[in-house]
Parts: sequence; C-alpha cells; structure tokens
Amino acid sequence: MRAFYETELTSSLMLGTAGYPSPAILAEAFKASGAGVCTVSLRRESAGGAGQDFWALIRELGIPVLPNTAGCHTVKEAVTTAHMAREVFDTPWIKLEVIGHTDTLQPDVFASVEAARVLSEDGFQVFPYTTDDLVVGEKLLAAGCEVLMPWGAPIGSGLGLNNEYALRAMRAEFPEVPLVVDAGIGVPSHAARAMELGFDAVLLNTAVSQAGDPAEMARAMALAVEAGRAAFQADPMEPRDMAEASTPVIGKAFLS
Amino acid sequence: MRITLNGEPRDVTAVRLTDLLDELGFGDARVATALNEQFVAVGDRAGVIVAEGDRLEIVAPMQGG
Repeated sequence: MRAFYETELTSSLMLGTAGYPSPAILAEAFKASGAGVCTVSLRRESAGGAGQDFWALIRELGIPVLPNTAGCHTVKEAVTTAHMAREVFDTPWIKLEVIGHTDTLQPDVFASVEAARVLSEDGFQVFPYTTDDLVVGEKLLAAGCEVLMPWGAPIGSGLGLNNEYALRAMRAEFPEVPLVVDAGIGVPSHAARAMELGFDAVLLNTAVSQAGDPAEMARAMALAVEAGRAAFQADPMEPRDMAEASTPVIGKAFLS
Repeated sequence: MRITLNGEPRDVTAVRLTDLLDELGFGDARVATALNEQFVAVGDRAGVIVAEGDRLEIVAPMQGG
C-alpha cells in the first residue's frame, strides 16, 4: 500500500465517527473495522463540554486522526477551520472539504485548489475531497497535495461508484499518488470494487454508522477492503463478451 | 460587556482572551478559538483583548465523516 504523507496505514479502511447510535457503538464498530484512520470534525463547544468526552473516546481508538473541514463553503472558512483543527487534534493532516453545491455536496474544486495551496504552504498535509476530474486532480497535486480523494457518489448517498470509468482513469493518470474513494460507499461491494480498481483506501462513514448493526457492517467493510485489495494485487482476468469454456475440450469422450 | 459567543449574545466581564476562556469554563478544555473570524492560536490568547461586540468562536472535537 502507498504511504500517506510517509505514514503507513494498518488498514485501507478510513472510517468516519459521525452518526452512530451511541459512543459505545462507535467504539465497537471501530474495533470491528480495524480501521487505519478515523475522521473527525470541529464544532462549537457547549458549556457541558461534549467535545472533551469525544476527544477522550477518539484517543482510545489509538489510530491516526484525520480532521475535516466539513461544512465550509469558502477558502477562508476552510483555512481557518484547518488551523483550529491542527491545534485541537495536534496533527498536520487535514481532510479538505470546500462545498460548492448544497444538494449534492459537490466540492467547489476551484476553492479547494486555492485552499490546498494556502494550507500546503503553511505546512499542512492536505487530503483533498475532490471530484473525479483529472485536471482538478493535477491542479491539486501542483498545489502541494500528495493524496487525492475523489468522490464515488455524493456524501451520504450510498450510491457507490457513480463513474467507474473516471476512477479508473484517475488511477491510470496518477500511478504514484495515493488515491482514496471518499464518499458514496453504501455497501461492502462498493468498497471492494474501489480497491479492485487499485485505490489505496476507501473513506466511509454513513454506510457503517447508519447500518442496523454498525459493528457487523464495519466488519463486512473490513473484509471487503481486504478482498478488493488482494484481488487487485492478484491481477484480475479481463472480462469478455462471449463464453469461453473453462473445462478443457481436448480429451472429452465421444458420446453422441 | 456583551459579545457574541458561538453565535449567541453573552455578557462577560474578562477582556483578555485567556481570562475570558477561564470565565466561560474552558480554562483547561481542548478547544480552539477564533475572534472576529480570525484564528487565535493558544500561544497568542494571552495577548488578545476582547472588546464589546466581538464575535468569539470556541470549537472542540466533534464527530465527523
């Protein structure tokens, strides 16, 4: 597996921490997932200090933390949020999200490139949430990103890989760059498919946290990611339109 | 004086940001701050004076995807 800013992950599964029925179920799901990274966010702290308990829970997971800039719509908002995240989570990693469209949560790729440039120059290690556009990918790399995270489908939609062709093209275009399918994964087969295409990781959240049994779905995702990775490494056969008998014809008894 | 704390009006007495965080009960908490939409690093808080009408954001770790 390719390293992410020189960090080798223990698993190709990056798992979000939002939307679990309870903190206990979140912890159980993470344990079952064996996730290599957890994603987190920043929100206004209440007087009760809910964030402090959550921070304690996250530290107990014992895996790298990837804070996001979810909900940001401008370069300034995202950059300020990144600075706050770097301080609170004590990491240079930032999952850069600059949202451009309310209904699809499609990233504003123009603002994302600019924010990535500003943050990279300031020492951040940027994980940009982006579309599957090759030109945007190239510009994000030129801005200093060493990872690309194209969407599979809109965040939280569970639609899977909407444009497999584009994801394949991305893998081919950037053979040395760690690539992560971020968003859209709904079921384990989607995650396995992304890994079969040669992606280095998948990042998902809702598919696990909103499943009836999050821990069991987390386990299923872990198996899928592992299976997909192994399949990619095994160099899959090429599909063909017509049948080709797998059983040898030579030596078949003459019986008609 | 009255400031806007996390989007809500709030009457406070301390003016130095470090003192204000103590007053609000965030003295030892793992939080990040922004004053009037500008990030204020932990190390800079003691030198920052909060004035009437200022907008203070205090954020902490939260669940995210």
